[in-house]
Formats: sequence, C-alpha cells, structure tokens
Amino acid sequence: MGLLSDPNRRRALTKLLTRLNAPICVVCYMAGVAWFMGLAFEPFTLRTYMSENAMGSTMVEERFPAGERALATGKEFAAHKRKAGGMPVDWLVKTMQARGLEVFTQSFTRTLPFPDENKERYMVRGTNVYGILRAPRAPRTEALVLTAPCSPGNSNNQAVGLLLGLAQYFRSQIFWAKDIIFLVNEHDLIGTQAWLEGYHHTNTTGMDWSPLQGRGGSIQAALSLELSSDEITSMDLVLEGLNGQLPNLDLANLFHAFCQKISVLCTIQGKLQRNDWDTASGYSHAVQTMSLMVLKQASGRPWGDHGLFLRYHIEAATLRGINSFRQYKTDITTIGRLLEGMYRKLNNLLERLHQSYFFYLMPSLSRFVSIGYYMPAFGLLALILVLRALDLWVQLGAAAPRTEEGQVEAEQASSPGILSILTPVVISHMTGVALYTLPILSQDTAVEHFPVSKTEAVVLTAIAIYTAGLALPHNTHRLVSGEGTEQGWRVLKLVAVLYLAVLLSCTALINFSLGFILALTLVPLAAFITPHVPKVLSAFLMVVLSPGCTLLFCVFLFQELQEMPVSLLEGWVLYLSVISQGILDHALYGSLLYPLLALLVYPCWLLLWNILFWK
Amino acid sequence: MASCCSLKVLTILTFVLFHAFVESNTFEAKAGQFFSSDHTNNWAVLVCTSRFWFNYRHVANTLSVYRSVKRLGIPDSHIVLMLADDMACNHRNPKPATVFSHKNMELNVYGDDVEVDYRGYEVTVENFLRVLTGRLPPSTPRSKRLLSDDHSNILIYLTGHGGNGFLKFQDSEEISNVELADAFEQMWQKRRYSELLFIIDTCQGASMYERFYSPNLMALASSQVGEDSLSHQPDLAIGVHLMDRYTFYLLEFLEDIHPASTTNMNDLFKVCPKSQCVSTPGHRTDLFLRDPGSVLITDFFGSVRKVEITMETVHLPSPIEKVAEEKKYAEPQTESHAYVDQLPVAEIIHQKPRLRDWHPPDGFILGLWTLILLVFFKTYGIKHLKHIF
Repeated sequence: MGLLSDPNRRRALTKLLTRLNAPICVVCYMAGVAWFMGLAFEPFTLRTYMSENAMGSTMVEERFPAGERALATGKEFAAHKRKAGGMPVDWLVKTMQARGLEVFTQSFTRTLPFPDENKERYMVRGTNVYGILRAPRAPRTEALVLTAPCSPGNSNNQAVGLLLGLAQYFRSQIFWAKDIIFLVNEHDLIGTQAWLEGYHHTNTTGMDWSPLQGRGGSIQAALSLELSSDEITSMDLVLEGLNGQLPNLDLANLFHAFCQKISVLCTIQGKLQRNDWDTASGYSHAVQTMSLMVLKQASGRPWGDHGLFLRYHIEAATLRGINSFRQYKTDITTIGRLLEGMYRKLNNLLERLHQSYFFYLMPSLSRFVSIGYYMPAFGLLALILVLRALDLWVQLGAAAPRTEEGQVEAEQASSPGILSILTPVVISHMTGVALYTLPILSQDTAVEHFPVSKTEAVVLTAIAIYTAGLALPHNTHRLVSGEGTEQGWRVLKLVAVLYLAVLLSCTALINFSLGFILALTLVPLAAFITPHVPKVLSAFLMVVLSPGCTLLFCVFLFQELQEMPVSLLEGWVLYLSVISQGILDHALYGSLLYPLLALLVYPCWLLLWNILFWK
Repeated sequence: MASCCSLKVLTILTFVLFHAFVESNTFEAKAGQFFSSDHTNNWAVLVCTSRFWFNYRHVANTLSVYRSVKRLGIPDSHIVLMLADDMACNHRNPKPATVFSHKNMELNVYGDDVEVDYRGYEVTVENFLRVLTGRLPPSTPRSKRLLSDDHSNILIYLTGHGGNGFLKFQDSEEISNVELADAFEQMWQKRRYSELLFIIDTCQGASMYERFYSPNLMALASSQVGEDSLSHQPDLAIGVHLMDRYTFYLLEFLEDIHPASTTNMNDLFKVCPKSQCVSTPGHRTDLFLRDPGSVLITDFFGSVRKVEITMETVHLPSPIEKVAEEKKYAEPQTESHAYVDQLPVAEIIHQKPRLRDWHPPDGFILGLWTLILLVFFKTYGIKHLKHIF
C-alpha cells in the first residue's frame, strides 16, 4: 500500500510531524534568517555584467565640452526661479526653444487628502515644461527621457543647467535614433505623475492635468538627475521605485561601467564599495547596504523621480550628485560626459531592456543577488506556516474521532464551528476597513474636537483605531453565544495561518522585502500563539511584533543604517510622519503599502490576537 | 680567310637556331602553364549574415573583401553581394553613407560604387542556396544569379555569427555544414564550378568545412572548433567594432596583391597567425586537385586575362583520334552497355575511408548467447528451461 494511504504508516508520519514540528519550525526560522544574512557575503553573490548585447561595452567617445556654460545656465535658472516664486515657465520655454527643441507645457492641479507637513503643501498647482529633441533621421517611434526636478529653494539648479547644456550638445549630433525628451517637472513626484499620466493617457490617481500637446513615441528608458552643487565627489544611484519595483539591472550595470570608465566615484545607498569582504567590518558594510535597500524597497514609496516611470515598464533610475568632504572633486563636464556616454549606449538599444534581472538585491554596486538566490530565505519562513497548518490539521483530525464516542458532544463540537470562526474574521476585517477609511474621513471632526492639525488628526486617528483593535477579543466573545471550544480556536488558527501564508507569499512575489520583513515578525507569532501560552508575556510580544511596531523599529533601524541615529522623541515624530507619508503615497501615486497593511495584514494580526484571548 | 668567315657564320647560325629552339621550348612550357589552371571566368559570392547595429563589423568585413575583389578585376556582374543590414544608412551611424574598416576612419569600404544584390531581409538561407545551385525563379534578374559554368573559379566568403556546425542568418535561421556541403555537391554535379575557394570568418568557422566531399574545394576558416573569432578595431567615434581580426589581416594581405602578382595559396594560409588573430585559422586542401603552392591568389580573387603576343606557332595536340577504318558489310555488333560512372569521384579524390562505428560481427553475438545458455544449463540443470520459454 502507498505511503499515505496505509493507515499505520500515516499514523507514524503524523506522529513524527507532531513530535518534530516545533523544533523544525525553530530550525527553519533560524535557517531563513541565516540565509538572508548570508546573501551579503561576497562569495555568495555574483559580479554584475552587461547582459544586453546591443549596449555592449562602454566603447564610445564622450566629448561634452560645455560644463561651465551649464553652470551659468543653472545660475540663470535659479535667479528666474526666485523671481517667479516657483517654476519660471516662460524663461524655460524660451531657453529650450533657443536650443532647438520642440517645447510644450502641461499644467496640473491636485488637492491632497490632507496637508503634507514634510513638503508643506496641500493644494498643489504646477506646470511641467518639456522639450523634445527629434531624432534627425529616425521615425518617431521610440524615446528616451532626461528629467530634472524644479525644487524650491536652492536645490537642483545645477541639474536643470546640465540638462539644458546637454540638450544643446545633443542637438548638434546626428546619430540619435530615438527622440530625447528633456523634462523639468514641478512639485517633484506629483509633476512626474501628471506628466506620465498625460503621456500614456491614463488617469489612475484622480489628478487634474491638461493634455500633452507633443509626444515622442514609446519611452525606452529614463534618467532623473539631482544635482545641487557645482562640484561633486560621488554619484549616487537610486533604484527603488513605487511598490518596491526595480528597474532592469542592466541600467545599474551601464551606470557602473561608465563610472569606472570615466573614473567617477559611484555609490549605492550612499555607501562606497569596500574590498575587504573577508573582514567583519567589510561584511557588515555589505549587510548594511543590502538592508538599506531592503528597507527602502519595503516602504513601497518611490525614492526618486524615476520611481513612477517603472509602472509603465520604462526602465528608470535616479542619479544624485553628492558633495561630501573628500579631496577629489569631479566637475560638471565629467558628469555631462557620463550622461552623454549613457545616452549614446541607450540609443543603441533595439528593444526595451529585458535581458537582465528585474528582481535583485544589491549588497554593493558591482555585486548582486538574484531572485533565485534570495527567495529561499522567504520560502523557509513560509514553510513554518505550512508545517503549522499541517500540525493543526492533524490535531483536528485526531480530535474528531475522540469526540465520536458521544453523538451529542460531536454535534456540539461542529456547530459553533462556522459561526465562531466567521465572527472574528468578519470583525477583524471590518476593523481593517475602519483603519483604512476612517482616518481621512474623520479628519474634519477630529480637528473640530481636538487641538490638532489635520495631518496629526489623520495619523493619530489611525493609531487610535489600531490600538482599539486590541480591545476586540473582549468584545467579540459577547457576540458569540456559548463558549468557544478547543476545536474552535484550532480551526480559527488554521484559517489564520493559511491566510497569512497566502498573503505573505503573494506580497513576497511582488515586493520581496516587504514580504520578508512582515514574515520575520508575523511568522513566529502565527506559529506559537495558542490560548494556552502565558497571556501577559505573549500579549506583550504580540504588540511588539505587530505591524505597527515593526514599522517603528524599521524607522529606527533605517536611521541607524544611514548613520543619522535619532533619539526616541525624534524617532517618534519621524514615525508619525512616515505614517502620514504612507497614506499620502497611497492617495497620490497608488502605493499599495497602506491598503495592504490596513486591509489584510492588520486583520490577520487581529485574528491571532483573538486566538490568544480565546476563552 | 673564307673558312674563318664561314666558321663565324656557322657559329652565329647555330647560336640563333639554338636560341630559337630553346625559346620555342620555353614558350611551349609557358603555353603549357598558360592552360594549367583550366578556368576562364571568375565569380564571387560574398555574404554577410547578421543584422543590427552592433554587428557593423560583419558588413565591413564583407565590403572589404568586395572592394579587394573588385580592385583585382572581377566586375559587378560577376559578384553576388548579400548584405543583411544597411549600416551606411543606419540612424545610429554618425557618418552616414560610409562604412569604415579601419579606426580613425581611414578607409571607407562603402565607397560610391557598391552594388548590393541581396539586401536586408532578402538574405536568407533559401536565397543563398538558390544562388549557389542556380534554382532561381525565372523572374530573377541577372544581377542576382550566379551564372557560372564548368570553367568558373568561384570565391565564396561568409561572415556572421556561427557555432559548431552552423552559421546564423539574420537572427532567425541557420545553415548547417551538411547543407552547405550538399549544395556544393549539387554545384559539382551540375558543373557549376571548376574550382571553388570557400572562406568563412565566424566563431568556430572550421566546423563549416568539415563535411565537404566534392572535388576541387579549398576552404579557409578564421577559427577552429571551440574557438571564437575575435573582433578588432574598436572605434570610439562610431561606437562599435569595425572589423574582425581575420578579415582585417586578410584585407591587409590583399592590399599587396595586384593583378600580375604571383603570390600563391600557401601565403594565404599564413595570413593571421595565432599571435595576431588569437584564434587559430584553419584550412582544408585535401579535396583540391592541384597543389596549393601552384594556385595563384588571383585565380580566385581576381579576374585575370592572360594575354601574350607571340609570333610563334604553338602546336596543340589534336583532340580527334583517327579510328581504324571499319570493314564494310561487317556484322553490326551489339555490345551490351555497362553502366559507366560519369563521375568516378573515387578515382579523382583519394579520400581517407570514413571511420564507421565498429560493430561486432553477427555470428559473434549469436555464439556468445549460445555460450551463455550452455553455461547456464550446465550449472543449473535443464529444469530452468521453463523460465526462459
């Protein structure tokens, strides 16, 4: 007879499963964490290489000469920006036309759901200005984009100056096979979102924009430039985009190859690459870089203006010039040459970048870990949930024959089953819906009754609803008539564990970092919560490992990794602003972190909280 | 005095006659050499099989061989040029209407009198094989046909991306070495060439001539099986590699050849040694009837009309033999006609016998089984017979 159909063998297997379940779960958890930490160890990573044949090597001659003129243009732009008190639209249009581009503008307005205190805006009105350099001999079927944000104050003037300088230089070359669009966007991400929506004729976020008069063909790649000083010491590459989406690795490889050719110092996550991978400090440096990438990707927000391009399958990255205290400075002409080389290589593309990886982690700029290597770390954590579910299934199956002795008991065991399971599930999800909708809806009433600003009202309402959910188990039991049984909480836990497994797996497929961080904290909870563990200790643990507190720890860890540690009070304020940014990102750009946490992860955690307090 | 004069006259006369005799002898020898190579016209089929901007060097390869072949005398009407992509007018070319073969833009091989017969998507395996075998639809123009006959020497040059036993056409199909060998055999059976020189510049190029079996084929390849042919001449202004190494040195070698040069094939085999080419060029001459040392480069790369003015008479051997007169009223003899192989290839080419896989003779296997059965019965007795039957 077969292994599973023979009752003796099956009993032996299930006994083995039940006996070894807890140790295997612990081993799996440690193995998952160790695998993740091992990803940053250099012998386990691969060196980056150019996969796209058409881009080939860095074999081009960069001859951009006009760095000083670009700086002068940047100063002019700054002056006009100060005079206009925002975007100097007329001056930009005139300057771009003088350089031979086809210039168009787009105006947009957006009212945020509540004021954004970080960037101090509530009702946003702006204009994007873009100029199209038509390819001299090619049909207008493909385009490349170079964008620089028009930021308030003194930042990014040199970026706009370099953009205009490059536009003038590119205009005199005849080898462009794709149109190049030079975009200066106002109000950074909101402007980019308006422009992209107008370009692709979509309207996903409810923004109001004027239609684009000029268009260039399907965009193959985009680079966003952020440059705030006349000289820089290093160029930082920012890859993480909306919802943790990353551009094709070939774009990072292209940047790295050209940085090495022109000998510009290049960094990722602001950290320089080190050669001593076999020392503890070298390894911890790589772990820090990778953890920064994981945290940034998990946050689901676009970390540069490029982040919104990725949704339209346009490979994009942000290049940020950093001026730190280093002896060797690079001037603007060299940066111009770097961009010229990159654009010449992107010009040679025949199809969109697709040969290299789309899912990867980078412990440093020349090393990467692909999805095939990092997914087992998450798989091991998900395995714990599957083992637990099997264990519960076995326990439920073993409990049923025992209650068959008395018919009455059997009926009693099965009838509260459905109702006592469904009630907590429904109530948890309704709490989740409340957490999702109420903060924004009730900000007006909250401002009336309490002396807080609108933003604070939203954030504090969210936290209040989150904490109120803690009181639920004491209330749901009043709804359910009769007591819950041993079997009842087992069925509920089975449902919760499977639900969590499916949820985390789907999240990890789209955004590995988010899935992994949630799994790290929620999987131990789901594995070991029963009504019989010591209540106070486990309640404390549950609160500490809940999604809200995980976010708090991540904020502190992020600041720590960026070498800007904050005190507790500053960290708390930062945490509040992170919550408000998350809600705003969802409303403005369609980020999925806030709905995921509020509508799916939080109810799952509430189910586990219910199980803890099962009577 | 008179005897002295007559002696002088006699010696002078003998000298003159002697010289005349020697002259006529060397002239006969030269005349003999005149007709040694047996070809009367030259053709060239030059094929570039790759497209896309980063394969610029393959087009440059083909165009540089085209240029040399034209310079040495083969006219456009006798050249079939197949280019799979248009590099000169590609949008990414910073110097439109040019294709350079040397960096710093020294040599424009596109020139202003290029005649491309098959261009773009017309360069397919089917079209290439149809050109070689002559099976073209009646509507094909003359410039797209290979109108060779049995006194033609043909140069075939292929370049592109290849592998072990195949050559890639246009990123979508391949031609295998077996197909190519069969095409050449068709050409031999249809008497479409007298001698054929096959040059291939791809990765693992030697695998393409491994399967040839027709006579009078000589083959050269830029690399052996398992080796890659490397590119040369990176040009930063254009942004691509301009030539492959083998063809680059081949072009340098051919630039020294002029229509009257007497360089022979042995020098061609020495082009691009491993130190310059990194890969090991290979050649194959076992199917070729003449000694490669006596084959001139211009026999294939040029179209040389040898003309010598002479006042001498050259006695050609008569091709017609007198048959003995038959008696009249003889009985008509009916002979049985035996099949005569029109092309006794085995007599013409002395090829090494192919190593077939060795199988043990049939009787041996039968005997082995009998032995096994006998031993089995001896050991275990006859009652186990029922397990077998």
